[in-house]
Amino acid sequence: MAADMRLPTIQKPVSLSVSAFDRKDLVVPGDVITSDTGFMRGHGTYVDDDKLTASVAGEVQRVDKLICVRPLKTRFNGEVGDVVVGRVTEVQQKRWKVETNSRLDSILLLSSVNLPGGELRRRSAEDELTMREYLQEGDLISAEVQSVFSDGALSMHTRSLKYGKLGQGVLVQLSPSLIKRQKTHFHNLPCGASIILGNNGFVWLYPTPEQQEEEAGGFYTNLEPVGLSDREVISRLRNCLLALAAHKVLLYDTSVLYCYESSVHHQVKDILKPEVMEEIVMLTQQKLLEQEG
Amino acid sequence: MATVKVSEAEKVYILHGIRDDLRVDGRGCEDYRHVEIETDVVSNTDGSAKVTLGDTAVLVGIKADIGKPRPMVPNEGYLEFFVDCSANATPEFEGRGGEELGTELSNTLYKVFNNKHSVDLKSLCISAGEHCWVLYVDVLLLQCDGNLYDAISVAIKAALFNTKIPKVHISADEEGAKEIELSDDPYDCMRLDVENVPCIVTLCKVGHRHVVDVTLQEKACSVASLIISVTHTGTVTCTRKLGGGSLDPESIFEMTEAGKRVGKALHAPLMKLLRQEESLGKTRQKVGFLG
Repeated sequence: MAADMRLPTIQKPVSLSVSAFDRKDLVVPGDVITSDTGFMRGHGTYVDDDKLTASVAGEVQRVDKLICVRPLKTRFNGEVGDVVVGRVTEVQQKRWKVETNSRLDSILLLSSVNLPGGELRRRSAEDELTMREYLQEGDLISAEVQSVFSDGALSMHTRSLKYGKLGQGVLVQLSPSLIKRQKTHFHNLPCGASIILGNNGFVWLYPTPEQQEEEAGGFYTNLEPVGLSDREVISRLRNCLLALAAHKVLLYDTSVLYCYESSVHHQVKDILKPEVMEEIVMLTQQKLLEQEG
Repeated sequence: MATVKVSEAEKVYILHGIRDDLRVDGRGCEDYRHVEIETDVVSNTDGSAKVTLGDTAVLVGIKADIGKPRPMVPNEGYLEFFVDCSANATPEFEGRGGEELGTELSNTLYKVFNNKHSVDLKSLCISAGEHCWVLYVDVLLLQCDGNLYDAISVAIKAALFNTKIPKVHISADEEGAKEIELSDDPYDCMRLDVENVPCIVTLCKVGHRHVVDVTLQEKACSVASLIISVTHTGTVTCTRKLGGGSLDPESIFEMTEAGKRVGKALHAPLMKLLRQEESLGKTRQKVGFLG
């Protein structure tokens, strides 16, 4: 019950691999990339006095004659096929506006969602009026990016039964750069919970559904209380995710699982203490190195 | 207060968790998040403190100025509070958005300190009826993740502990007018006794239970909360109800008892930490804002 108060200490991210200072292709804004005028400037660069200079902090990427700088910390830039977890912010005429941690709100068109029962028909005026019964402001959805508009806004769809409105669970908001691109972003972890690692940095933790019930695609939200053991697993996973994010470890199902396993000795609420975070992340990185090495 | 949107299913999840005493981050209903306190962070103030409670960060600076005492109490000094909700914390505070919250916080602080015992105001008097010390307490909200009252009160207590008021002595010059002289030695100063300074505990009613130190998501699931300021002996100096929902009298009593218990337990580790920090003296590694 007593509050844990302490003096602040300078946090150093735990890093077992090659030190970042040895890499030669990291730049900060203002660094000159090259003085050669033969290159084309891509995103993240500008020309200053005939010299190609970086405008963001990140790594330099060169493709033939094109030089661009990919920033380390940025808003989510969606590509077609990315799985995202977003929150509905507005309900408009024939579409929903969804917040996905990008520069502009993403769009979910009414024609891009499945109708209840899986009907295939043209959306009528009545469908428009009952939009709010499906998704309201504040609801969470998982969706896939269908296309990118010319202004950079993403257009999403939930045309598969695995996407749709999300039910009970916990959302963790992290940086998009920390999520590793993989074949699948939906995982049922062996520790007893399921996870959706959205490419936009939003990670959704939820209790594994008992039977794969006729995937309603999110029309029926199960509001039954979740058991205590499932809750503990989810809380532990949430704290592990925050610990990994604080030390800039790439997130994918294996790293999350190793972190969970390294944290079983500690109480769930202790995981967020700085020294426990360091210990857990160090163990996780060691395990990951062993696995790959 | 900054608000986050929460979906219905998330609210149900949070509600059931609190009912089972296992919150989203694994804490119990009466556990606080990790607190970090550092004093003496702002060099041009007489006392300052920075408190980080989870993701909420608050900076308090205290400046002592010589002013005229209030007419009703000529032999006491006084405190002036000002809370600034900076737009750093959340875009809602941009421009004049944070003014309402700031005035509400300042008014509550005035109420909390409006008694004879919290701060010894008589020690702030220089010459009765003419000069006294006025302590301007400025609070700056840097990050907002719920539980502002608690963080602010802990920061104010730490800053008051850190405050060094220069010693003055009054001499009468030829015409009989009083002259105030500050001592030349910068270390010759007076410290305040902060034993009786209260700490505020916010209890939010979520479902049928009350919760201490809520995050923004949990706040979105609660309709009413009670703030209680408690001293280290368990004395309550101020209670206030916030929020649009209703609280029935029985639960108010329960919440007050819980608040007294939690508040009393806050003071001991806080004073211990402040004294430990002071004993480190010059060897203390200053972290500041870029840690």
